[in-house]
Amino acid sequence: MKFTLSWLKEHLVTDASLDAILEGLTRVGLEVEGVEDPSEKLGAFRIARVLSAVPHPQADKLQVLSVDAGVGEPLQVVCGAPNARAGLVGVLGQPGDYVPGLDVTLKVAAIRGVESRGMMCSIRELELGESHDGIIELPADAPVGAVYVDWAGLADPVIDVAITPNRQDCMGVRGIARDLAAAGLGTMKPLNIPTIAGQGDCPIEIRTDDPEGCPAFFGRVVRGVVNGESPEWLAKRLKAVGQRPISALVDITNYVMLDHGRPLHVYDLAKLSGPIVARKARPGEQVLALNEKTYTLDDTMTVIADANGADDIGGIMGGEKSGVTGATTDVLIECAYFTPESIARTGQKLGVTSDARSRFERGVDPQFLAAGLAIATRLVTEICGGTPTHAVEAGTPPSGTKTMRYDPGLTEKIAGLVVEPDRQRAILASLGFGIDAVWNVSVPSWRRDIDATPDLVEEVVRIIGIDNIPSTPLPRADGVARPTATQAQLIERRARRTAAARGLNEAVTWSFVSEAEAAPFGGGVWTLANPISEDLKVMRPSLLPGLIAAARRNADRGADSIRLFEVGRRYLADRESLTLGLILAGDRESRDWRTGKAQGFDAYDAKADAVALLAAVGAPVDRLQLFEAVSAGVYHPGRSGTLRLGPKTVLAEFGELHPAICRAFDIDGVAVAAEIFLDAIPVRRASADHMREAYAPPALQAVRRDFAFLIAADTPGDDLLRAVRGADKAAIAAARLFDIFVGQGVGEGEKSVAIEVVLQPAEKSFTDAELQAISEKVVAAAAKLGGRLRG
Amino acid sequence: MAENNLETLSEIAAAGTLADLEAIRVKTLGKSGTITALLKTLGGMTPEQRQSEGPKIHALREAVTHAIAARKASLEAAELNARLATEKLDMSLPVSTRAQGSVHPVAQVMDELAEIFADLGFAVATGPEIEDDWHNFTALNIPETHPARAMHDTFYFPDREDGTKMLLRTHTSPVQIRTMMNGEPPIRIIAPGRTYRSDSDATHTPMFHQVEGLVIDRNIHMGHLKWTLETFVKAFFERDDIVLRLRPSFFPFTEPSAEVDVGFTWEKGRRVIGGDPARGNGGWMEILGSGMVHPRVIASCGLDPEQWQGFAFGCGIDRLAMLKYGMDDLRAFFDGDLRWLRHYGFAALDVPTLSGGVGA
Repeated sequence: MKFTLSWLKEHLVTDASLDAILEGLTRVGLEVEGVEDPSEKLGAFRIARVLSAVPHPQADKLQVLSVDAGVGEPLQVVCGAPNARAGLVGVLGQPGDYVPGLDVTLKVAAIRGVESRGMMCSIRELELGESHDGIIELPADAPVGAVYVDWAGLADPVIDVAITPNRQDCMGVRGIARDLAAAGLGTMKPLNIPTIAGQGDCPIEIRTDDPEGCPAFFGRVVRGVVNGESPEWLAKRLKAVGQRPISALVDITNYVMLDHGRPLHVYDLAKLSGPIVARKARPGEQVLALNEKTYTLDDTMTVIADANGADDIGGIMGGEKSGVTGATTDVLIECAYFTPESIARTGQKLGVTSDARSRFERGVDPQFLAAGLAIATRLVTEICGGTPTHAVEAGTPPSGTKTMRYDPGLTEKIAGLVVEPDRQRAILASLGFGIDAVWNVSVPSWRRDIDATPDLVEEVVRIIGIDNIPSTPLPRADGVARPTATQAQLIERRARRTAAARGLNEAVTWSFVSEAEAAPFGGGVWTLANPISEDLKVMRPSLLPGLIAAARRNADRGADSIRLFEVGRRYLADRESLTLGLILAGDRESRDWRTGKAQGFDAYDAKADAVALLAAVGAPVDRLQLFEAVSAGVYHPGRSGTLRLGPKTVLAEFGELHPAICRAFDIDGVAVAAEIFLDAIPVRRASADHMREAYAPPALQAVRRDFAFLIAADTPGDDLLRAVRGADKAAIAAARLFDIFVGQGVGEGEKSVAIEVVLQPAEKSFTDAELQAISEKVVAAAAKLGGRLRG
Repeated sequence: MAENNLETLSEIAAAGTLADLEAIRVKTLGKSGTITALLKTLGGMTPEQRQSEGPKIHALREAVTHAIAARKASLEAAELNARLATEKLDMSLPVSTRAQGSVHPVAQVMDELAEIFADLGFAVATGPEIEDDWHNFTALNIPETHPARAMHDTFYFPDREDGTKMLLRTHTSPVQIRTMMNGEPPIRIIAPGRTYRSDSDATHTPMFHQVEGLVIDRNIHMGHLKWTLETFVKAFFERDDIVLRLRPSFFPFTEPSAEVDVGFTWEKGRRVIGGDPARGNGGWMEILGSGMVHPRVIASCGLDPEQWQGFAFGCGIDRLAMLKYGMDDLRAFFDGDLRWLRHYGFAALDVPTLSGGVGA
């Protein structure tokens, strides 16, 4: 909401400085978003008198002026204006002054060989208007040497304040003045509501058939108006706050709206036929609105209609067909009350915004219809002439007033601020509240937002200044702060920092992806009805599409080794699943003088990260089982897997990305990925007991034995390893697969698998016979899988 | 024997190689060596001769043995040094470093928030990002026709069959509602997480991060809110010269409501949080929305507003990160550019702690 300081002073008597007013506005909750004084940039221009004007020796259209700027010697100025002449008093710019209309800074210059030490300015050059017929002519008695904008009273700062949606009353200058007066920054001028002596009855029937959407419709006709341009003061005021003057009648409605927060509408009476009625729209009824768009309405919406059908979208936008023009002679002024909820719903459905909508949907003062109409009528007759008829007051606006019981002790209880009851009473009264002896508070009709006692606390506190509330420490529990993180939160933190410790960079990518990106991952369950773009439309079913796209962007930027991870949610039908996704692409090892050629990632890198992350978050990695990947088409079918706890609980999926996915995402070469389903990790009970199991390192040295087995090539290595490890649980402390060999000496369809077994003696060292027995158990366990000791 | 002795010792000292030395050893101490031969003569001596000659011969053997050992050690050391001299490598060569991972600034700041607020007794709460309009709006005192709904550019999903409107939460405030409905006061929580609005320009992204704070108890008032925010902002920016300004504002779910500005100072062309704008060279920056939880919101959650009251606040996490660590483009947060992640990210071990300072 913009207004000028002089406009504010139409309602507020104040000698407060501009800074004090700005500070006060923000303090009471009308946040100052900007202040600009268009005249400030003209502060250097001074009033000057032309002493003489002689023709330029080299140019017909130029004159050489001698100008008295009030100080020092007269200045020589070359001027091309036809009205420049001796005796003229005008506005002078001197070297160093910036001329906004020309976007130049003046300097001493030779014009066609004659030195010029300044410039006599036109209206347009100073951006004070469009006129460029010649240089500015001031009255002969204007004080030479004075600062022009000061003398002309042009200094008028434009203040822009943010109005929160609850404060419709401050969407008019008078409401802002009221808040400032309450805050001690002046006193309100009384509002002069004119009495209109109407002549004759209104010639058109006005009624409301929609008491729900438009409970009151006031109006009157003014006959014999001349709808020309607005007078200078009105046009200037509207322009200052960013409104384009259109015609006097339209400008008057805008002015009353900005001045009092009271939207109005004017119709050309000649274009209306039959009674003018507020009613519900007929389904499918169309209105061509003033913004030249056609809107199709439904029967929840209120229109103003005549015998020819709907004319405007009531309270939101007027209609094109009945609008006033320069030819209008008889005008109908509408001043209606529209129900806020109804306006909001209609506005949302139609997607149309307007100054009227923004005020009606917040709720205008329902007791300001007759007054608004009278103020507008007087302006019309003053500016456009004409004779008003009697007003018609169809329907009844809601009273808008309410009363509530208030306890002044609430400011201390809720706000922590002690304010004397008398002070509170004075503040509320200055804002227009009525307070009786026992604190029944009646709310003024323009304060629809006040509907509970905390609202009154806020009124008191904001006028005193919320900064005056003393800080009060929150009560603190005894002792050191207690841990608050849940097990799930600890899992997330450990996963994140483990991934970073393993060399992965954490990214945050959009929660939404395109339909095409989601499709290979089973498609998204949640598709936005109003996405910001097709690229951000479906809630991701997997973290991988976002990460793959990020990997590609990095590759496009020349990154040769990409390790990215993200911790975030997958959006499933029944839940949002916290997941850590990772992608590895490009070089695992860059080419290096020690290691030679660059090496790429393979699926085992993804598995290594997956297992390490699961271990870090406390998953029982010894009990994990490998199954095939479940996301068909995402991973290479032969180079992927899931890690599960039992057949149903999938803790992680990993593998080499399917070539089709890489192609779809434009990824060159091999990329591997994994997802750790953090919400599937079994949560350990938080235990107060920090004791570990008792343990002492064994006293005796462990014994190592190597075995090499020939076994069918398609036997999973992990099966053999588990079988070996389980061959003698008491003696075998560990088993490690350290070599796989296929080739010479190994039969077709077979592989050689070498396993190191660590045997840990307990009380006494193993005897040869015991070692022999353990070896036989190991060989027997391998034999069950078809493995035989390699000779 | 004495000349022999001197001669032998000088031969040992002159031995240039281990082989020469070994030859001397064989010649003197070997099976048929000169000193071995002398030792053998002891057997044929009378006891008197033996008493006089024995110590001399033994001393000779000792001296030669020691001399050989010493010379051997010295020759070996020289040989080792000679070998080492040939093994010199260019230690200026670069060593390949392990890939350095990083934690995203948003995650880091969330950890910082958790750490600071844990000290004030706040737990971390979470809630769904796909919400229904009751939790996101209605329960927060934002009826369907309230203009505040239009202020939130909401992403909607198609209506469900039962008529429920599902949407992407526009703020973390629905977590307030869920916390109050699922737990008994007293409540102290923060709720960080992703939030969404249909907005996109240099300073707005359709997805961003917020943190909500909620305290519900008996006798909690705005003075507590003010203290909590001051304490938090000082702890977060790790500066004692933080100046806050509370401005009355409007949120449907709080009453009274206040927006909170923090004073900043220009330092080397950057806005640095801290310092009093009243002293010039700075200004105010809005960082928080806050207020006393509206009694209607408390009642919506099934609590008695006569008994329970408290405050709530909300703040952009991305913005906090930008103000603390100096990023200037919000969109870069969500691009996954490794160069940016490495520059603005945090090491795995930069875990915020109160003892070590929450900032890294």
